[in-house]
Formats: sequence, C-alpha cells, structure tokens
Amino acid sequence: MKLERFYGILIPILSIILGIAVGAIVMIAGGYDAGEGFYQLYYGIFGEPYSIGETLRATAPLIFAGLAVAFAFRTGLFNIGVEGQVLVGWMVAVWIGISFDLPTAIHLPLALIGAGLAGALWAAVPGVLKAVFHVHEVITSIMMNYIALYLTNDILRRYIGITNERTETVKESASLASTFLSELTDFSRLHNGIFVAVLAAAVFWFILWKTTLGYELRAVGFNKSAAEYAGMSVKRNIVLSFVISGVFAGLAGAMEGLGTFQNMTLNASFTGVGFDGIAVALLGANNPIGVVLAALLFAGLNIGGLSMQQVGIPPELIKIIIAFIIIFVASGYAIRLVIDRFTTKKDMAKTSKGAGK
Amino acid sequence: MMKNKMVLFSALAVSTAGLAACGDGGEKKNEGFSVAMVADKGGIDDKSFNQSAWEGLKAYGEKEGVKEGEGYSYLQSKAQQDYQPNLSRLARGGADLVFGIGNTFNEDIKTVSSQFKDTQFAIVDNVVEGENVTSITFKENEGAYLAGIAAAMQTKSDHVGFIGGMQMDVIERFRAGFIAGAKSINPDIQVDVQFAEDFAAPEKGQAIAAGMYGKGADVIFHAAGGTGNGIFTEAKNRKKNGEDVYVIGVDRDQTEEGMPEGVTLTSVVKRVDRAVADVAGKAKAGELKGGETLRYGMKEDGVDVVSSDMLSDEIRNELKKAKEDVISGKISVPER
Repeated sequence: MKLERFYGILIPILSIILGIAVGAIVMIAGGYDAGEGFYQLYYGIFGEPYSIGETLRATAPLIFAGLAVAFAFRTGLFNIGVEGQVLVGWMVAVWIGISFDLPTAIHLPLALIGAGLAGALWAAVPGVLKAVFHVHEVITSIMMNYIALYLTNDILRRYIGITNERTETVKESASLASTFLSELTDFSRLHNGIFVAVLAAAVFWFILWKTTLGYELRAVGFNKSAAEYAGMSVKRNIVLSFVISGVFAGLAGAMEGLGTFQNMTLNASFTGVGFDGIAVALLGANNPIGVVLAALLFAGLNIGGLSMQQVGIPPELIKIIIAFIIIFVASGYAIRLVIDRFTTKKDMAKTSKGAGK
Repeated sequence: MMKNKMVLFSALAVSTAGLAACGDGGEKKNEGFSVAMVADKGGIDDKSFNQSAWEGLKAYGEKEGVKEGEGYSYLQSKAQQDYQPNLSRLARGGADLVFGIGNTFNEDIKTVSSQFKDTQFAIVDNVVEGENVTSITFKENEGAYLAGIAAAMQTKSDHVGFIGGMQMDVIERFRAGFIAGAKSINPDIQVDVQFAEDFAAPEKGQAIAAGMYGKGADVIFHAAGGTGNGIFTEAKNRKKNGEDVYVIGVDRDQTEEGMPEGVTLTSVVKRVDRAVADVAGKAKAGELKGGETLRYGMKEDGVDVVSSDMLSDEIRNELKKAKEDVISGKISVPER
C-alpha cells in the first residue's frame, strides 16, 4: 500500500523533471540559450504579480477540465468530449449572464448552474449511447466536440447576437470578476473562479469517496462485471458518470465566459482547454489534489512560456515539454503495470482490497 | 549572444547618457523607441496576415536602422487567452507602440490600452476607441473587386468560387467586392461561396476547394488566412493531373504558394506591411495622434492586386481601367 502511494507521487514528479530536461535538450539543439529560457519561464510565472495572477486565472478552467476527465476516468470512461462541453457551458453561461437582470446572489449561481447543466446535457449523449447501444465513448465524445464548435457559433450568430466577433459583456451581477483580485495582481484577469474551482475539487473528492453513488461509480470503473454481479446498474452509472463529468466541463466554460473573457467569441477552432484537461487528469493521476497541482503546473507553463519569446524561444516549446511530461507519465504507468504483473500473489490481494475500500 | 547583447546595451546606454548630457532631450527619447506586435494564433509565418505585418515591422526597422529585439519585436499567441498577457507584457516591457494584429484583438486592446495610458496601441482590421489607440482598416472590397474581374475573365466554365475564413465584416467586404467584380464582367456568372469557419485549418480549405473544383468552378478566390494554404495544395494536385484550375491569393503576393505548378492567378494584396510600417514610422516621428481610424484603400495604396505573369494582357488592361475607376470614385464597390 505504501509502495503504491510512493509510485503515485514519484512517477508524476519524475515525469515533470524529465519533461523539462528534454525541453532543455530541445532548446540547446535549436541553438537557444536554455538557461536564459528557463529564467524567462520562471520570471513569466513568478516574476511579477501580473504573471502570478494570469497563471492562477488560467488554472481555474484547467482544474475543471481536469476534474471532468478524471471523474469519467474513475468509472473507466474516457471523456474526450470535454472540449465540446466547455463550449456549450461557456455559451449558456454567457447567455444567462447577458439576458437576465437579477441580483448577484441569484444571477451568478444561475449562470453557473446553467453552464453545468449544458455541459451535463452535452456529455449525456455519449453516455447514453455508450450505456444503451455500446457505442464507444471516445468516438462519440470526439464527434460531439465538432457539433458543439459549429453549433455554438451558429447559435451565437443567430440568437445571442454578435458584434465584432463577440457577444455583449455579461452583466456585472453574473460576473466572476473581482476588482480586488485584479488590483492585487496588477490588473491581471484573475477572478473568483479559482475559489469555485478549488471547491469543485473538494466536491469531486466528496462524491467519489464519501457517497454511495461514488462507491458505485468507482466499482464500475474497477470491474464492470463484478459491479453488475453485485447488483449495481452499470448503465445507470455510465450515464451518471458522464453527466457529472459534463457538469465539471461546463463549469470550465463558465470560468472563461463569466471570468476571463466576460463574453464569448466566435471560435474558429477549439479552445484547447478540454484537451489540456486530459493531460491535467493524467498527470494528476485522477486525484483531486493531483488535478489541482497539475492544473497549476500547466497553467504556469502556458503563461510563463509566453515570456520565453522575449529571448527568441518559440512558445511551442512549452507544448513539447507538456507532451513529453505526458509521455513519461503514461510510460511510467506502463512500467508500473509490468511490475504489478510480475509481483503476483500479493498484488492480487491488494487489488481486491483496493476495490473494496 | 548574451554578451553581445550586453555590450550593445551598454553602448546604447552610454550613447543615450552622452546625448542626455548634451541636453538633447528629444533625441534621447527616440533613441530607445521600440515598437512591437502581438501575432494571433496563425503566427508570423502564416504566409498571410501576420507575416505581412511582421514584414512591415522589418521594413520599418530597416528604414530607421534599428535592430530586431531592440527597436522592434513580436510575441506569438498560442490561444486567444494569450492576447492580453502578451499585450500587457510588451507595454510593461516599455514598448512605445504595440500592435494587435487582427480584429479579434479588439477587447484586449481596449482593456490593456486603458491600463497603459502612456503607451500607444494600434489594431489592424478593427476599430477600437481610445485616445491612445490607432485603428487600421482596409477597403478590402476594392481589391476584391479587381480579383472578381480577373476571375470572371479567366474562367472557362463561367463558374468561380469564394472561400472565406469566417463570416465577419472584413471577410464580407472581400466577398461583396469579389462578386461585384465578377458580375461586372459577366452578370450570369455562378459564384459559389463557402466559409471554412477557421483561419488556420489547411485541411478544411483543401476539402472545400476539392468540392468547389469538383462542381466545376475553375478559379477560387480565398480570404481565409492559413486555411487558404490547403486550397493551393488542392489546386496544385489538380493542375498536376491536367486540370486547368487557379487560385487567387489574399493579403500578400501568394505566387510562391502556387509554385511550381503556377496556380496563383493573382493575389489581392492588403498592404498590412505598408500600413504597419506607416503607423510605426509616424509614431517614431512623434506624429501619431491616437484615437484615429486610418482607412487604407486603393487610393491610399492599401489594397491592390498583383500584376502577375499569369494574367493575359487583356485582363491586365481591364484591371488597370477598373483600378483607375475605383480610385477616381467612378466605381463605388459595395461593402456587403
């Protein structure tokens, strides 16, 4: 058990170090000054209050997207549709944000709930298809991304109204913006969403480990047949897992719609938040604390990476580093799988104990 | 590399200090004058808009004798979320004039320009209000009108196509001008119009172009940024198989993209480079007022078509005539 936990922490940390090392090699191979590059990266994350604020701002949607992927993963499902769920959540949040005149105490929660429900509805489609018709959720959820991308653009144009490629700004009563946080960080776009995101991580933990529902969801994730044999409805749990995952994803959209941008633009291509969520969940080992930390790391890399350009290093280098971190994490798990397979008897006992926890 | 920079820096510092000692305050200020641009997701090698703007800054640098990294520089954006940190970073870093390349920068320029009152900002392709913001727009419809004429005269099937990046004002101007130009030659010409909903998806451009060429269009005009590169790919493949198809490029001279098969009939050039260099030069000379909208049309040399070797003399003459009429105001090209 101890070894298990040790691995769980060691592999991500080792992967980050190796990923950054590969990044350094790529920089040197490309003829850039790696030392200067990393200094800029560091400065771009921690150097100024502004960059700290922007890093935290970018963390909030990543936490939600990471939680969304991780939640489905706990039930053995791969939700690649987070990107699409983010878009519909974003749209509904903004729509509620601009169309109603309500006091903040009602308006803001309403916009957040709307975003969550929109994401849930969008995620329910691949969930139901999987549960009822056994259509593979990876295929359907990817395709739902494209439907979301073009449908949201069309709805924005047709019904919500677009001037200058974007909607109106959401009413102040639905906005997550915080003058205090913004001024504290020298006019960054940091907003209250970060608190909502951390709260969501706690809710994630509570649902999965403190409720019967969570117990069932995890049981289905461990072993579908055993769960069914034990009298749990696998179908119901698959749909539920997708729906809850979609709520997290929809809220990631609300972070952008009510926080970062306060509006929605016509999106020519995907925002990337949903796809980064997959990386966040993987690095965070589908654990709420892990997801929060991984989201912080990736947000920092993304924001800090912009600064690396000042010494001529292309920001794409960050994508290379992130990609390598993911490769190392994934291969780390593969190595663990091999180790597990060779340590037989003890391990069998451990797995069954794990499942019954 | 680092050392060189340090030496240069100290040399610069000494010279400015020297100048300051001479009491030449005005000179001192412009010695360290720097302009910078933030590229959108396409990047400065998008063979289109951002590249044109960057070429403009380089031309400005050459003219003023300043070096990249000191007198002018750029920052790239991976996503729209990056626009504001990039703009802010440049303003914080002491840039005197910051360009946002592309209309999607409008909200971000508005926000950042209100936070950095001492910095001048400029936005290309959109209008943002603010006393320290200069808006640069073009009369794309005038250039596209000439493209429409060239397409209508070149086509053998009386069927041409238009592929736009997204449905928005700027692209609408391209579309409206192109159709007006084509109909001015042949009122019965068929013009297919399609939008890729993306400025950076060559694969989508290729798929749409394949559809249009397949249905019989033989000249396609694109206003789709990086997506357009796929249209060139499709046209070149068809040319290799013996089909007589053409592409009309956009923003800058795209002859190169059509090589070696030679599918680029001409290009509607939007002289983003000229406008950017013009505004940067004005700023350095202290003539930039801010709070203005500068509209670069055919008259201002802001839009034109490339007088390519692919065009017959007949077409070229027609274009010349039309250009004179547009400049004189005899022809007024619709914007929508």
